[in-house]
Amino acid sequence: MKEKIIVENLGLKYSDGTESLFGINLRIQANKITALIGPAGGGKSTFLRTLNRLNDLADVAEVSGKVLIDGVDVLDPETDVIALRRKVGIVFSRPLPLPLSIYKNISYGLEVAGEKKREVLDEAVERALHLAQLWEEVNDRLDDPAAALSGGQQQRLCLARTLALKPEIILLDEPTSALDPISTLKIEDSLDELKKEYTIIIAPHNTQQAARVADMVAFFLQGEVIEYDTAAKIYTKPQDSRTQDYITGKFG
Amino acid sequence: MQKNKRPFFFNPKLTEKIGVSALTLVAFLTVAPIVAVVIYIVILGAPAISWEFITAMPRDGMRAGGIWPAIIGTFYLTIGTAIFSVPLGVAAAIYLSEYAGDNRLTRYIRLAIINLAGIPSVVYGLFGLGLFVIFLNFGTSILSASLTLSIMTLPVIISTTEEALRAVPQSFRVVSTSLGATKWQTIRRVVLPQALPGILTGVVLGLERAAGETAPILFTGAAFFLPRLPNSPLDATMALPYHLYVISTQVPGMPIQIQYGTVLVLMVFVLVMNLIVTLIRSRARARRQW
Amino acid sequence: MSGNKLKISEVLITRGIQFSGFSSILFVLMILYFLIAQGLPALTEVPLGELFNTRWYPIEEYYGILPLILGSLVVTLGASLVAIPLGVLTAIYIAEIAPSWAKEILKPLVELLAGLPSVVLGFLGILVLSPFLRDTFHLPTGLTALTGSLLLGMIAIPTIVSISEDALNNVPEIYRHGSLALGATRWQTIWGVTVPAARSGILTAIMLGVGRTIGETMTVMMVTGNAPVMPDSLRVLFMPIRTMTATIASEMGEVASGSPHYHVLFFIAVVLFLFTLIVNIVASNISSKQMKRSERILS
Repeated sequence: MKEKIIVENLGLKYSDGTESLFGINLRIQANKITALIGPAGGGKSTFLRTLNRLNDLADVAEVSGKVLIDGVDVLDPETDVIALRRKVGIVFSRPLPLPLSIYKNISYGLEVAGEKKREVLDEAVERALHLAQLWEEVNDRLDDPAAALSGGQQQRLCLARTLALKPEIILLDEPTSALDPISTLKIEDSLDELKKEYTIIIAPHNTQQAARVADMVAFFLQGEVIEYDTAAKIYTKPQDSRTQDYITGKFG
Repeated sequence: MQKNKRPFFFNPKLTEKIGVSALTLVAFLTVAPIVAVVIYIVILGAPAISWEFITAMPRDGMRAGGIWPAIIGTFYLTIGTAIFSVPLGVAAAIYLSEYAGDNRLTRYIRLAIINLAGIPSVVYGLFGLGLFVIFLNFGTSILSASLTLSIMTLPVIISTTEEALRAVPQSFRVVSTSLGATKWQTIRRVVLPQALPGILTGVVLGLERAAGETAPILFTGAAFFLPRLPNSPLDATMALPYHLYVISTQVPGMPIQIQYGTVLVLMVFVLVMNLIVTLIRSRARARRQW
Repeated sequence: MSGNKLKISEVLITRGIQFSGFSSILFVLMILYFLIAQGLPALTEVPLGELFNTRWYPIEEYYGILPLILGSLVVTLGASLVAIPLGVLTAIYIAEIAPSWAKEILKPLVELLAGLPSVVLGFLGILVLSPFLRDTFHLPTGLTALTGSLLLGMIAIPTIVSISEDALNNVPEIYRHGSLALGATRWQTIWGVTVPAARSGILTAIMLGVGRTIGETMTVMMVTGNAPVMPDSLRVLFMPIRTMTATIASEMGEVASGSPHYHVLFFIAVVLFLFTLIVNIVASNISSKQMKRSERILS
């Protein structure tokens, strides 16, 4: 089985001292959905944002360890972060469309990469919208502002926007926490389809969602990975009592 | 009722009523002079306004004719100021909002901006005289005056632009970056367009102030009396505010009509600039997507 | 994609932006340099005792700048007495009490006042305010410190109103709700909670407003009569005086470049610069204590 991402001894500190990571070791497999579960503030978001160096925008005081994607350490200062972010897409917990039209939201990533050909952009937009199961709903109003869409549609737009770049890895940071149950199901359906082509890491917004979608599960607690195993094992025979307590709802 | 037995000054409801009325009165009295000024100037200035007054050269030692060169002069000075101060000010604001770290250098820059904002306009005039007129040998000219006004306007443009940039939600920057945009691409494609109304507001207010200034151009570019239009940026020029100063204090036997007419023209200019600001703001509010 | 080209233009633009960011420091240093270079010779050309003397009469080479400094202070003080109460109370009304229709009227008017050129106020001072004051107080002339103070007060009001209003608006709504929930009236909440919470911002507003009046030039030059007299009592409010700014503005045009008089005028500018520098640094220190922001990546 191919290991897409290998995280070795990753540690991270913000300059204000909050939400750090301590000695994270994870081997994330290609074409699987890996779920990061655990109570809020445990470092899941920070971990995700380290994978595509989005944390560069935050006040990070110190990063240690290695994050190897396809064998290359992305924490290396020489890394081409622009290329990295195109390869590792992310969807955030709130639907965050850019203040542009539906079409422009999706073509944005391609345009900043220098793509100018209209037909290439058209085709990419259509493909991405199909993948995110949004095409049927918006194909007649692509030039409307994205803000006019419903919350669920906006979030699928954000997924489409990420897919348009043809990334290899998709990070989803509680992607359905602001959505109604029907939109949530649509997104989860898409994920199941998408994992054939992509490596997916999701911080689900509850343990049930992890149980529904995940192949592998990592339990994050206070900046550490307590346990990492197949979803079946974590949910039926957790090794650590804290994992057990979290899954059975004793805390979190 | 227990409450009503207290002496009136312990009655919080009554105190509130009196207090609120008093504050309302103070607030409206504070702005009343402004309304009075506008009405007064319009009434007394309107009879002086004619096509000739606007478009003719002054004659008879400015006691007759029009104020065309002063209007054009102020227009040139405003444009000149905009050419220098807008790009520099907007870029400086982008630096402060998007690039500057929380360090000593940034604190010095902020201190410098606060300082620039506080320097008296006449001191700018002296500086412009020393640097642009004499040292750089631009002479008493539109160029010298515009450069002087630009530096004076810079803090207004920087601070309003920075505020507008900071008001753009951080999440847009994060999203744009996550899609592989460089820092500058993020600024140009997302942040600047969203901040544009705020920036325009600042620019207009800054230029309005620059155009109304007299002290900085006294020794750098203003001409007392020049009944022709300037030919080049190295020409001195008449300007509306300075012209008003001249005709209201320096020229004996000045017909009052011409003075009121000049004030009215200046005030219409200010009103129009303010109207533009109001329009930009209300349009932006209606269009904002966040 | 032309990756390299993208990077080069990005680097150039970033450099340009950085340079623009630093330019303010450059300008302040240049201003300081030109003022000092032209102002310092005054200290050698005019004995110190004469420079800080009470008689300003350059034609006979009396360069005592004390009456000018005091003139500026008198007018500034008078303007503060007008502008601080009116400005702060108006800001409180706009931020805490005014219904939205009143805001729609008041805020544009205050902004309009901020935009009125100072020569316009000076002009009205000459034609309207000074005859009125002359007749009311039976003065020999209406061009007095009082006239200047009243008009400068108007000039300071917009600064004080808008910065105070910002400070009040920045007080978290939760404070007000907490106070109201405890049974305080709106009036008690304003004075007991909101205004104290915004006090540093209001103080900053006052300092900046006052700073603006010290530096105001055209209005004072037009309406204060420009007589360089030493103030000896409060009566001075009803007499003509002369400020530092007006002195520079009215005399610079006529002096020979490089003469002692020329250097003394630059020296006055240095004094003015220092005055406003102190006021502004104090003002910014008051407010920066409150501005510790902790910006974190969000969403």
